Amino acid sequence: MTPELIQLLTPEGERTEHPDYPLELSVDEIKALYRDLVLVRRIDFEAIALQRQGELGIWASLLGQEAAQVGSGRALGPRDMAFPTYREHGVAWCRGLDPAKLLELFRGVSHGGWDPKEHNFHLYTIVIGAQTLHATGYAMGIQRDGALGEDGEAAIVYFGDGATSQGDVNEAFIWASVTNAPVVFFCQNNQWAISEPLERQTRIPLYLRAGGFGFPGLRVDGNDVFACLAVTRKAMQAAREGQGPTLIEASTYRMGAHTTTDDPTRYRLSAELESWKLKDPIERVKQYLIRSGMAKEDFFTAVNADSDEVGARVRTACLEMPDPDPLSMFDHIYADPSALLAGERAQLASYLSSFVADEAGSSGQEEGR
Amino acid sequence: MTTLTLSRALNEGLRKALESDQKVLIMGEDVGKLGGVFRVTDGLQKDFGEDRVFDTPLAESGIVGTAIGLALRGYRPICEIQFDGFVFPAFDQIVSQLAKMPFRSLGKLRLPVVVRIPFGGGIGAVEHHSESPEALFAHVAGLRVVACGDPADGYAMIQQSVSCDDPVIFFEPKRRYWDKTEVDLAGGVAAAPPLDKARTLTSGTDVTLLCYGPMVRTCMETAVAAEAEGKSVEVIDLRSLAPLDTETIFESVRKTGRCVVVHEAPVTGGLGAEIAARVTQECFYHLEAPVLRVGGYSTPYPPSRLEEHYLPDLDRVLDGVDRSLAY
Repeated sequence: MTPELIQLLTPEGERTEHPDYPLELSVDEIKALYRDLVLVRRIDFEAIALQRQGELGIWASLLGQEAAQVGSGRALGPRDMAFPTYREHGVAWCRGLDPAKLLELFRGVSHGGWDPKEHNFHLYTIVIGAQTLHATGYAMGIQRDGALGEDGEAAIVYFGDGATSQGDVNEAFIWASVTNAPVVFFCQNNQWAISEPLERQTRIPLYLRAGGFGFPGLRVDGNDVFACLAVTRKAMQAAREGQGPTLIEASTYRMGAHTTTDDPTRYRLSAELESWKLKDPIERVKQYLIRSGMAKEDFFTAVNADSDEVGARVRTACLEMPDPDPLSMFDHIYADPSALLAGERAQLASYLSSFVADEAGSSGQEEGR
Repeated sequence: MTTLTLSRALNEGLRKALESDQKVLIMGEDVGKLGGVFRVTDGLQKDFGEDRVFDTPLAESGIVGTAIGLALRGYRPICEIQFDGFVFPAFDQIVSQLAKMPFRSLGKLRLPVVVRIPFGGGIGAVEHHSESPEALFAHVAGLRVVACGDPADGYAMIQQSVSCDDPVIFFEPKRRYWDKTEVDLAGGVAAAPPLDKARTLTSGTDVTLLCYGPMVRTCMETAVAAEAEGKSVEVIDLRSLAPLDTETIFESVRKTGRCVVVHEAPVTGGLGAEIAARVTQECFYHLEAPVLRVGGYSTPYPPSRLEEHYLPDLDRVLDGVDRSLAY
């Protein structure tokens, strides 16, 4: 059985139609999507380079998943709330988050630290699948706020194929189902959970699992930005209007390593990567733009210039990022001042200042000699 | 003043919390029509509706995880975990998410979530229904951990916990649910000490006896028995286990020179160990005896036919007092 794959743009760049997902985009909208895809990939490349140069501790690349993230990310309304994993750099871009904020986490300057309410983009969650419950609870809040309807709100939560084995994800499916919560479960099935292939997580296509929980599931070409946009738009609107959750399985491929510490040559064949390169999410949009005559060389040159500029900006921001004050580790843990933490903070401050005193003392001795 | 059981006093406290803030929710297994297996939420769904007091699917990680999401949306959820031994499926959500998200967000997010847990033994229950896991939570930065000792304090503390902007793990001594005291339903919260303060229940001069939750009554009875033997015991109900009210503890120990910590939890790595270390460091020159601990053994909670040997009772606490005085 070949599960149905919703597709609106073939890997060769040919536009196709799907009866359930009509999509009308202006030339400018298509160009904007292309630009998003290119810029997001550029930010990713820059971050990998920064890690290789020792400026980031680690980086989780989204290479290959740009269409899934940009397509779904651009389907969200400003009041919808997105709950990411740690790889949703493309969604972060769509939500207007400064890419430099993402680097803070991977550089070790903060554990995140952006204001989720500012961009309706929650903090990255590193524990696999835990955020699916947060999104579901948030969606239950939307229900209680009476914020459903045509102009309503919904939540979307991102996770991967590996996460579908987690208890939290399955609990979130149950919760969302029995409460009919306005939440869209967006699973980027990138075929690999570090070194474990999809067969280690499931014997059936992931989207079919939704049926067992009692809500619709569908499978979309995750490398097709048009299809991802169309299916996510529809699922989000259904959620906003009180029709409950949807599971979207975006079939894609992690073209890079799990993170910069990983070595995929130990567990997968290069032929597999080569076959997915033919389905590249960016190339097909480019081909479509060229073939249809919507864009000429000057457009692509301009996008490349933009991407160089964004890359340079990310690089500069990273290099200029100061280390936090050591004493700041005692901040923000509790809402009110804590005597225990104040004591430990003073202890560390005094310990640190003892070194300054020593240095002053020894230089004083040298002066004396 | 009204005479109430602890279960009823907590119920009244929850009712006050629901009345005073529309954002307060109660969620958990069987908290709706049934009113909870200990009836702590009895009648609340009927009075506040199924949107605010609701039964959840039977999955503890889901309870705490969705409570976090509701808190992110501006709600103040009170989760009920049915029994102490069932909190562990939610441990990841509590430790890795609930406790750390405010820090992770550099203070931009606050999670005013209360996790109520009936704890402790003494009711003849089967396995996983008699445990005292408080130290596991007190170890985690970002959580407040409290335990109530009697109805009057339970009534106040549950309201204080709901008002608190930090996550609070709220332990309720299940074998004391049916103990009664006078509760001031009108002025209960104002009269109570702040949530992070201990309270001195009896003033004494010979030994400081530190306790919380189910051991409060046991220690009070011990103090009476000790007094009959001419020993003056100062009983302090810690109330807050994280943070500890070290000010009150140190002041008392500096006065008496002796300190015995009592809890049902195993002494190994328990609250008593933390208190002993801090008392030793801060009250070293005032101590007449090492800090002693009376608590559960370093065993799994035994079958209920053995629990009377496991749990500290009046005689074992008194023995601890005597051992301290013997130095």
